[in-house]
Amino acid sequence: MAESKNIIEIKSLYKSYKRGNQVIPVLQDISFNIKEGEFLALMGPSGSGKSTLLNLIAGIDKPDSGSIVVQGLDITSLDERTLSNWRAENVGFIFQFYNLIPVLTAFENVELPLLLMNLSKKERSEHVEMALSIVGLYDRKEHYPSQLSGGQQQRVAIARAIVTDPTIIVADEPTGDLDKKSAEDVLNLMTQLNEKFGKTIVMVTHDLRAAKHAKTMKYLDKGFLINGSTEIFI
Amino acid sequence: MKLILLYSLRNLVNRKLTTILTASGMALVILVFSAVLMLSEGLRKTLVKTGTPGNVVVIRKSSGSEVQSGIEKDQARIIEVSPEISLNEEGKRMVSKELVVLIGLPKKGTDKLSNVVIRGIMESSLPLRSQVKLKEGRMIRWGSNEIIVGNKIADNFDGVRIGNTLNFGQRQWLVVGIFEGGTTGFSSEIWADVEQLKQAFRRPNYSSMIFKLSNAKDFDIVKDRLEKDPRLTVEVKREIEYYEDQSAMMAKFIKVLGVSMTVVFSIGAILGAMITMYSAVAQRKNEIGTLRALGFQKTTILTAFLVESLFLSLIGCVFGLFLSSFLQLYTISTMNWQTFSELAFSFTLTPKIILQSLLFSVIMGSLGGLIPALRASRQKIVDALRTD
Amino acid sequence: MVLLKYLFRNIFRHKLRSTLTVLSVSVAVLSFCLLNTIITAWYAGVSASSSYRLIVRNAISLVFSLPLSYKEKIRQVKGVTYVAQGNWFGGIYIEEKNFFANFAVEPETFLRLYPEFIVKEEEKKAFLSDRKGCLVGRKLIERFGWKVGDIVVLRGTIFPGNWEFVIRGIYYGKDKNVDESQFLFHWDYLNETLKKFAPSRADQVGYYIVGIKNPEDSAVISKEIDSLFKNSYAETLTETEKAFQLSFITMTEAIVIAIKLVSFVVIGIILVVVANTMNMSVRERRGEYSILKMFGFSYTLITSIILGESLLIVLTGAVLGVIFTFPAVKVVGDILSVYFPVFILESKVIFESLMYSFVVGILSGIIPAIRSIRVDLSEGLRWNM
Repeated sequence: MAESKNIIEIKSLYKSYKRGNQVIPVLQDISFNIKEGEFLALMGPSGSGKSTLLNLIAGIDKPDSGSIVVQGLDITSLDERTLSNWRAENVGFIFQFYNLIPVLTAFENVELPLLLMNLSKKERSEHVEMALSIVGLYDRKEHYPSQLSGGQQQRVAIARAIVTDPTIIVADEPTGDLDKKSAEDVLNLMTQLNEKFGKTIVMVTHDLRAAKHAKTMKYLDKGFLINGSTEIFI
Repeated sequence: MKLILLYSLRNLVNRKLTTILTASGMALVILVFSAVLMLSEGLRKTLVKTGTPGNVVVIRKSSGSEVQSGIEKDQARIIEVSPEISLNEEGKRMVSKELVVLIGLPKKGTDKLSNVVIRGIMESSLPLRSQVKLKEGRMIRWGSNEIIVGNKIADNFDGVRIGNTLNFGQRQWLVVGIFEGGTTGFSSEIWADVEQLKQAFRRPNYSSMIFKLSNAKDFDIVKDRLEKDPRLTVEVKREIEYYEDQSAMMAKFIKVLGVSMTVVFSIGAILGAMITMYSAVAQRKNEIGTLRALGFQKTTILTAFLVESLFLSLIGCVFGLFLSSFLQLYTISTMNWQTFSELAFSFTLTPKIILQSLLFSVIMGSLGGLIPALRASRQKIVDALRTD
Repeated sequence: MVLLKYLFRNIFRHKLRSTLTVLSVSVAVLSFCLLNTIITAWYAGVSASSSYRLIVRNAISLVFSLPLSYKEKIRQVKGVTYVAQGNWFGGIYIEEKNFFANFAVEPETFLRLYPEFIVKEEEKKAFLSDRKGCLVGRKLIERFGWKVGDIVVLRGTIFPGNWEFVIRGIYYGKDKNVDESQFLFHWDYLNETLKKFAPSRADQVGYYIVGIKNPEDSAVISKEIDSLFKNSYAETLTETEKAFQLSFITMTEAIVIAIKLVSFVVIGIILVVVANTMNMSVRERRGEYSILKMFGFSYTLITSIILGESLLIVLTGAVLGVIFTFPAVKVVGDILSVYFPVFILESKVIFESLMYSFVVGILSGIIPAIRSIRVDLSEGLRWNM
């Protein structure tokens, strides 16, 4: 593992929000690296800034200062349009509330990110079927989200996250809205993605059971990264 | 109750854009609604004020208006000695024989002609129209080619100024005064000496006669006697009624068009309010459940949503009336189909119209809000509390 | 295409709301079309006028007449084919609310000048040979349930007395825009009666209708006719039939403008109703749009989806409204037939209503679209909770 190179390098990241006249610091001087093929769990109490950090890594938010270099590219310096293209190619998202579009079928939801690639209809359909097979929902492809259970919906969301074969997968409380059994299924699936397909995964969670599926853990509190925190909970 | 009002009000503030859009729709409907009423009222006021209570107009039978009417000299002599006619301080009968003709004058800013009423008057004509006041210049000298013009003519037509001359009936007429007729139809007329006018247009007859009754109750007597007199073929009308009849067609047109448009528009606005209120109910499903779980009655929920819809329509109403109040600055100047002459009237806002608009908006608001509010109040608590 | 499906399915997410919006748009488009049809009807006389006809009237105003002796003089002007004299009779049938246009005209030349009035040959003959005969438009016949041979009595307003006529013929319009509700009778009948009872008013003509060989000469001929009678007691004003009809409309222009303004208020009402619907829908879906944004879909694409939805709603409503308009024009046309003898829905009006609907569709989608795009991405994604 020591030989793998860094896929993400984060250096002195600052982020704050304005609420009225008040400036509330969310992230303060965060620096760390993520290696290729890593499965990282970002932990911390609510308000610790872990989701914000995830959003910054995924390129859906911008820091006040500092840099995030992904495969040699500083994404904090990209303009909106380039960043958007970068996201489409490099990031797969998994959310707590699945964020599926209710009026589209499972198949169509997974197909959505592929629409931005230069693919034929046939190629798209192959990719979608493959992704749905991986998450074990191939036979449910014509179902609408409302016809699926929470766990199934989250697996569709995972299929959607991997269908473009992204560099990194980010997951924000992926089990937060699921029962124990479904949560276990989803986590096993993510472990499989990491081990079998070598996907780099960054997951935010405050569920220790979920975090245990990860290879490494980082702990955030009040916007600061607590060093050497990996072992705290183990 | 105060809490419910606050709840409804704050919800409107919360969804600012939707509130503004829905209220604007209502406002536009109220604008049309009140504009129609204001126009009818303006027309009515103009006509009612043109006539003076106690004054009587005599025209030829079936002629309908002064322009088409004709009364011969001999007939006029019979009419002017009617005993019911009031006397002035000098003991003279307050009666005038008048001639009305139409001429085409170019309106300001166009080369298109508009028909203007030229009224031939005599000395006794003025005391019969107390609404008319000389504003500038002086009265005409009797027996001369002088005219005085109404203020709306002076405003709307080119070259009508004191000292200028107008050319009609092969004569030059010198403008010596401008009179103000308020909102009456006289403001859109030009007045000249009736005998001069008759000569200029080679008219042997008068158009109409106007007189004041010494006792208003005598109207039926004088009407009966004159209309039955075998030497006369005349129609006797109260002056107020005469002017009302003059634009019955215009009034009906405004009414028919206005009412049908308002009905159609209000359907649109009610649908608009329903759209907004339905979505308000849908968005606040959980809130409704919570309120019901806390023990609030169905009727309370119903009231809250109805009140919200009423607030919406009232905001619209106030805004609509605010817009329509500016219409008062405008004067509609158009041709009266019945007389072919120019008729000017303005939008007039009255307390009654404000009240009618308020009532109308309350009806729109309740109709638009009722069904959604019923839906809200009928929601089962469990359903309402369940999050999708 | 998945995104098109998305667009369509979005409309059916709130069936009630979409239905209500479509309905209110259709109601508004209906009234827009009706109002504009009224305006078209206003100008019906102008569009029905022929460039081969001039109208000569007294320069002072229409209520002043011209001597009959002018007829010969006008006929001798070069380029003039026929001259027919006419008088606005202003007769009333039973009650004032039964208003219709009735004229005394010199019948033979009149029919020659108005080839668009189609009369059966035998009826035409009967009409021409009966001094008390009258020729009545099809619509008027239908309105009062008259038939050929009926006796009609008009009460004169300008010319006192009760006047009796026998319906000798019905005329039909060659085109839709011909006024089929006029009542025409022999000018001689009027004149001879006047000669007997009011000789001072006899031999006076309300207006002359002048046929010309060549429409291009109308300006020259008009000038020449007017110069014939310059400085006389009754100076003339000669203009093309179109200009003559227009002069009436100009006098009632204020009303036309008012109706036009109201029809724009209608557009405003559609705009706010649809904008409101779109605003609510987009607001509810801003989380979804954020997902699309997150995947890297461009703003243009997201805007197109929103605009497509509002366009679809508005145009559905507009098409429905236009469909409703056809029967409505018929009903309203009957109610307002006293004011507007010709009341037809023109394709121009339909086109205009669809065009404005299109603009409304774009405008009402654009603000919600901009608002949804402006939403901060990380903020927007939270809306899905």
